[in-house]
Amino acid sequence: METKKYFKDILTTKQLSIGYKESKGPDFCLLSDINLTIRRGELVCLLGPNGSGKSTLMRTIAGLQAPLSGYTLVEDIPIKERNFKEIARLLSIVLTERLSVGNLSVYHIVALGRHPYTSFMGRLSDKDTQIIKWALEQVGLTGFANKFINQLSDGERQRVMIAKALAQDTPLIMLDEPTAHLDLPNRVEIMRLLRRLAKETDKAILLSTHELDLALQAADRIWLMSKNQAVKVGVPEDLVLSGSIEATFENNTFNFDRKSGNFIMHYQKKAAIQVVGNDVMGFWTNRALSREGYQVTCEEVDDCKIILDEVNHSWKLVMNGNQKICTRMEDLILELRKCEMHRIINR
Amino acid sequence: MLSRLKNNTKILLFSLLFLCILLFLVLDLIWGSVNIPIEKVFAILMGEDVKTSWNYIILNFRLPKAMTAILVGAGLSVTGLLMQTLFRNPLAGPYVLGISSGASLGVALMVMASVLLPGVFGLVYVSLGSWALVVAAIVGASVIFLIIGMASIRISDSVSLLIIGIMFGSITGAVVSILQFFSTPEQLQSFIVWTFGSLSGVTWIEMRVMAPIVLSGLVMAMLLIKSLDALLLGENYARGVGVSVNRIRVGVIICTALVAGTLTAFTGPVAFIGVAVPHIARSVFRTASHKVLLPAVILIGAVLMLCCDMISQLPGNQSTLPINSVTALFGGPVVIWVIIRSRNVKASFA
Repeated sequence: METKKYFKDILTTKQLSIGYKESKGPDFCLLSDINLTIRRGELVCLLGPNGSGKSTLMRTIAGLQAPLSGYTLVEDIPIKERNFKEIARLLSIVLTERLSVGNLSVYHIVALGRHPYTSFMGRLSDKDTQIIKWALEQVGLTGFANKFINQLSDGERQRVMIAKALAQDTPLIMLDEPTAHLDLPNRVEIMRLLRRLAKETDKAILLSTHELDLALQAADRIWLMSKNQAVKVGVPEDLVLSGSIEATFENNTFNFDRKSGNFIMHYQKKAAIQVVGNDVMGFWTNRALSREGYQVTCEEVDDCKIILDEVNHSWKLVMNGNQKICTRMEDLILELRKCEMHRIINR
Repeated sequence: MLSRLKNNTKILLFSLLFLCILLFLVLDLIWGSVNIPIEKVFAILMGEDVKTSWNYIILNFRLPKAMTAILVGAGLSVTGLLMQTLFRNPLAGPYVLGISSGASLGVALMVMASVLLPGVFGLVYVSLGSWALVVAAIVGASVIFLIIGMASIRISDSVSLLIIGIMFGSITGAVVSILQFFSTPEQLQSFIVWTFGSLSGVTWIEMRVMAPIVLSGLVMAMLLIKSLDALLLGENYARGVGVSVNRIRVGVIICTALVAGTLTAFTGPVAFIGVAVPHIARSVFRTASHKVLLPAVILIGAVLMLCCDMISQLPGNQSTLPINSVTALFGGPVVIWVIIRSRNVKASFA
């Protein structure tokens, strides 16, 4: 019984078709027959290139846009467009857009999360104030209650909106690119926060994002969208191993490296260069050299090699019969460029 | 850095404003070309028969005028606040949807169209008597309101609605200009006098129509408070917490048309108050929350209009300045001062 409850689906979409209704002519259908689920306590990341229909899918699930056909269930209750008050008790949303109002206190904004529950005049009961306090505590903004929203950083603002979503007390929280405006530490912080909230509160959390590496690390499951293809669903590692991520983000200027989980940019290859030495210094030397357009190998290359000296933190460049010792990567790159110039002039 | 006001400070400010209203109400009754001592004013208000002419001045002239000032101040300020929140625009006011343009078109037709259609309008003008201009203004404002109302149901985008409202203002303005071009100097003058605005034209009988409509509009605005706060987060967030934005939009427009339309019909257009008072209230109370702002704009608007009424009543002089000019002339510097001092208008609309 317990396990059944634990694996319960919070969100289910049934034969959902998303797109836009046209006043004249046939509807513009982005994707049809979408059947997806999110379980309790699960953090799901929606990934996909621009124009794949991420926003449309999010809007349709949130009831902000009507589906072309099919329907969505949250805790077995169907989401009907335009019945905003009922939807607001089932799912809460956090958007990318920055708030355009300044002199509202943090407390007031989080309190607006209680909007679907309060009476006609919006009076907060003891239970409401308790939930607001709890929500602020969860996102670590307890001391910020009386601050104005325009006095906060972008990361703190996003946490305020997450607190608002928590105060709304819904089984499903949806976030549309919640980390879009944030710097790296804040992006990681928000993802960690969402992951912790999903585990501790047993809510289902769905977020759309372009942060592939963060999503691969934090998500329980990933929904992978690409144009005119069925949504691929799976644990991040499964999608990587099956090559789905690679296929979705395939492009001729870069590729997804399954080994490192990173994107590798393609540079124009000029010449081969041998690097002797490995480890961290070797890794970063490789990066710099490929950016400069060299094909890095471990094999013997005549008259074009770099020998690393990890003890003295220096590079020995052997090229055109000359030897040169560099103590900084910048010097090494300058040397390489000089050699390149010579080669072109001499040619 | 400005911080949030404590609740006690807010209560203190509200009580101060309330006292101000009482004070200015009394001053407004004393103030005027005929000198009536303060104790006599109170006696007359208590129902004593002091002196027939004084009784008449206080009860049938100054009292309805002061009450009109309070209603105009409160009503236009509230509708200005509603419009600024709905359109998220600091320049919005009660007249942005073309309500006053509609009213002025009605009046212009009534006063000046006798040139074009001498029979019909002349007959109506004569038979309605003193109500002629009021009826014309109400009809004009209602027509514009119906068009905007239907547009607001069809168009679910506030910015488009704002542009349509402004366009209607321009169109009606053009029609009024054409009418002015073809009218006689006397007709032109009576129209221009109407556009000056006047608080003193409202009789007790007219008050019986005006006051209930304006008050019910204010009650309607109070019922919108909860959802208006959610609207501050933007339309998408508002929907997310369960607000039907379309329903609120229609509610705000009906409320504004009712209050601003009625007031304009009885007093002529009163510029400036509706745009300025919400900004003053935001600066004084340092919040965007409508639970505080709504009562604040009612009180500040009423105080400001009572002041303006007294200023327009030059002492020792029979003539009064047009109220429409006084509000802008003396209110403008106040708003500039408030904005320079607090610099947080941008914070409310950034």
